[in-house]
Amino acid sequence: MRIKSTLENYLFVTPAVLIFSIFYIIPFIFVFRLGFYDWDGIVPLKDAVFVGLANFKEILFHDPSWWQAMRNASWITLIALTFQNALAFLLALACDREIRMKNFYRVVFFIPPVLSEIVVGMVWRFIINDIDGANMINRLLLQIGLPQLAHSWLSDPKLALNTVAIVHSWKGFGWGFLIFLAGLQTIPRELYEAARVDGAGAWHSFRKITFPMMVPVMVLVGILTVLGTMQAFVLIIGLVGGEFAGHTSVPVLRILACMRDSSRFGYACAQGISFGAILVIISFIQYRFSKERQLKKI
Amino acid sequence: MVSKRLLIGILSLFFIAGCGGSSQKESGKPTITIWHWMTDRKASFEELAKKYQEKTGIKVDFQLYAPSDVYSQKVRAAAQGQNLPDIFGILGEKRDFSSFIKAGHVLELTPYMQENNSSWKNFFFPKALEVNEFAQGNSYSVAPGIYGVPIDIMTIQMVYNKGLLKKLGLNPNRPPDTFQDLIEIGKRITDPQIQGFVSGWSELWMIDCFANNYAFNIMGKDKVLATIRGEVPYTDPDWIKVLTLFKDMADSEIITKSVITMVNKTAEQLFATDKAVFAFNGSWCVNVYQGMNPNLNYGVMLPPKASEAYPMAIWGGAGSSFIVNARSRNKEEAVKFLKWFSDRDQQAYLSEATNNLPANKNCLSQIPEVLAQFSKGMDFATHPTVWGVSEFSTVIEAFDKGIQSIILGEKTPLQVAQEVQKVKERELSRKR
Amino acid sequence: MKTAIYYKAKKNTINILIHLFLLTVAVTCIFPLLWMVSSSLKSQDVIFRDTSFLPRVFHFENYYRAWVEGGFGRYFLNSIFYTAAVVIGIVIVASLAAYAFSRLKFPGKNVLFIMFIAAMMIPIPGSFVALYVLLNKLHLRDTPVGYILAMINVGLSSSIFLLKTFFDKMPTELEDAARIDGCSKLGIWWHVALPLAKPVLAVVVVFNALSVWNEYVLALIIFDSRRFMPLQVAIKLFQGEFVTNYPLLMAGLTITVLPIIIVYLLMQKYIVKGVTAGAVYG
Repeated sequence: MRIKSTLENYLFVTPAVLIFSIFYIIPFIFVFRLGFYDWDGIVPLKDAVFVGLANFKEILFHDPSWWQAMRNASWITLIALTFQNALAFLLALACDREIRMKNFYRVVFFIPPVLSEIVVGMVWRFIINDIDGANMINRLLLQIGLPQLAHSWLSDPKLALNTVAIVHSWKGFGWGFLIFLAGLQTIPRELYEAARVDGAGAWHSFRKITFPMMVPVMVLVGILTVLGTMQAFVLIIGLVGGEFAGHTSVPVLRILACMRDSSRFGYACAQGISFGAILVIISFIQYRFSKERQLKKI
Repeated sequence: MVSKRLLIGILSLFFIAGCGGSSQKESGKPTITIWHWMTDRKASFEELAKKYQEKTGIKVDFQLYAPSDVYSQKVRAAAQGQNLPDIFGILGEKRDFSSFIKAGHVLELTPYMQENNSSWKNFFFPKALEVNEFAQGNSYSVAPGIYGVPIDIMTIQMVYNKGLLKKLGLNPNRPPDTFQDLIEIGKRITDPQIQGFVSGWSELWMIDCFANNYAFNIMGKDKVLATIRGEVPYTDPDWIKVLTLFKDMADSEIITKSVITMVNKTAEQLFATDKAVFAFNGSWCVNVYQGMNPNLNYGVMLPPKASEAYPMAIWGGAGSSFIVNARSRNKEEAVKFLKWFSDRDQQAYLSEATNNLPANKNCLSQIPEVLAQFSKGMDFATHPTVWGVSEFSTVIEAFDKGIQSIILGEKTPLQVAQEVQKVKERELSRKR
Repeated sequence: MKTAIYYKAKKNTINILIHLFLLTVAVTCIFPLLWMVSSSLKSQDVIFRDTSFLPRVFHFENYYRAWVEGGFGRYFLNSIFYTAAVVIGIVIVASLAAYAFSRLKFPGKNVLFIMFIAAMMIPIPGSFVALYVLLNKLHLRDTPVGYILAMINVGLSSSIFLLKTFFDKMPTELEDAARIDGCSKLGIWWHVALPLAKPVLAVVVVFNALSVWNEYVLALIIFDSRRFMPLQVAIKLFQGEFVTNYPLLMAGLTITVLPIIIVYLLMQKYIVKGVTAGAVYG
């Protein structure tokens, strides 16, 4: 009887476990194994050549395009951590007070995150690109008399990465905004009241009340931003079309290119493993760093 | 229970949806399935399939997967899964072709070609067939033979806009003869809407083609092949001369930096809408330009020579080829179909309908004028697939990306040459 | 008193500045979409020259052309089919598993659950390489089934987590009553747990629907046949395939975006709940 009941219970989780094993666990193991092989995707898999650590050595020492991609992704992440999150925080602060249109802003600010990266990329490309786009920003600059500020935002290789970072921030600030706002709203109003009665100004209550209580939220948003932005790539496909001679290359794009264009499946897996390891280490460091800060505060 | 039935119902929905697209109907006469990527020839192919069915009763199913990277993905995945169709094509380099052959996916056609005193073999321009052949002692360890059927030939040359040349005060019937003349024209262009020279140079192979043409012109075929074999370094002055050509083009502003962000389609669009004076493109562009701007007034030219030492070379040979799946159940029928397909009437029809050069050499009298100009270039044509040696793909990538950096002004020709040579030496030492 | 007026004026100016700030950002959020729609109603020859916001002539036929000639009708239906199938799949599979993790006993329960949680936290960049090879081996590449199953897996971990958290907090009286009435475990799941979980299910549905509709990379490497492709992949291919007809492209983009906007506006509060719930967990 007991056994029958237990077997019935297993049936509940069977579909989930089955799908998970096939589509997560097996690929996980597979990626780890294939990283040590050289395989072009054409010859049968059993004929793949074992190359040991050669792929990883190549990534570390002989692949400048990989490190350029990492630098680019880090830059975009840096902009996201600073510009995007600062913007989100300021907007959340502004909306935290009792203002009339709070719900309206909440709805509107989350529209960019809800759109797909391809749509965002293609629409912005159309708006700002000078070669096959309407070139709106430059036209506007010309009209208000500032032609010297007009640049080729997307077709100038030196500017393209920054343009990508800004569009990425445009798409992403809505998340930080919502999370910051939720965090701000958990701060008891009485604290602010008490501070005001004691004669504290706005800046003072921000420093002593708001900021310390928001630190865990800021850390969370920070970790999420880093993990998410380092792996971003679809937006670049929509906005720029690809790697732009390496100038807008990011790690996941490189992996995709190695798989589809260079037909180097083993190498692509090795890149995936290396990148995953780096991300795990970064998250871990961020987490430990924040834990230490939290302990210090207490 | 209600819920269990619901579950079963949903699962079966999935299976129906999944199965709806794969199975072939077996009903007496076999169906030949062909996968291709040529969007502009879809209608003509289907016409020919109809004709063949009327003639022999055998159904031919042309399936289109486009654009070419989608097609490549489909074919490679099918190769892995052992479910390639009866006839398909391989988009890639000779090395990929050899991988497919060694994996047993390609039927060797030599016996069929040699039947009846090589009657089938004699349909074709020799250079078109060469692309599908592996010679004795080739470096890919493939048994010598013919493995594919060319269905058109193409050359990659330059085109020039006669109307724009006239506007610049030049003779529209005398395009520039030397490289120096070409970049001088760059200085004459004042209209910011007009570009001097466009090409799809975000696609590395197009840069490679252009550079390679001039390499043959400057140092000759033998030295180029020696470089590939590792006997001559990329830091040789002749190679630096080749790389400097790109610097000169960028400096004279006949090309703009945006040329390396262009896919070929964009370059075609620019040339067709009279926004570029010169373009570097393949003979397939005739059909494309006609679709974009039937009134375009243009001519065909060889890339203007940079040196008198050796003749100019262009890439040409078989444009597209079809291969028979060695594991197909209908391979005899497939071979028969391809033989009919490459015969002169069908080739002439295709050429007229789609503005491509026929691979069949016996129907040239029936093709339009500008195509004839392209076909004149066949005398100068060569192609990496017929050289017998292949450069390492990492070296090619470094070389082409290096040229992009030169155009952007980020690296000097010397720097790029040194970097490419480093990659080459690493690859050579690995082979040992 | 002067100081009172001073403070009031200061407060008002600050208010105005804050509103200006918020409004500016709000405008940048909406403007690109409005420009997209406005451009979709222009014609190819004027689209780069006519910089007015409202097109002079309204070319509604661009939508018809995009739907029929551009094939967006087919891609739209594909996206709807995949979204519906995946969402239904996740709701069933995840709620069954979550209910079991929460209420049922079986050996290895905790290990399995931790496995799902770990999957949520550990990113595997480039896992699509393995999925590509795996689906190919199973002959599921370029089939709707393969894509649907792969996408169900994508949303599984987080959905299971959300639902289990809810089930843990659910009061047990209703379930006990149903059991006394002789209801089987599956029956309790269907008749008691699921109806109670409606608010959480709404969050699960909305988030997974958004994620499937907007998905790009798996569709890119799984599908080769046009007739199976969902909107995101198809529209990227549309650009640069032929002479890019920009108004048609904009119309296609609008078609791709409209359902999302509608669903978002209708289900907005569930989305906010979902995001903040995730943050609270963190």
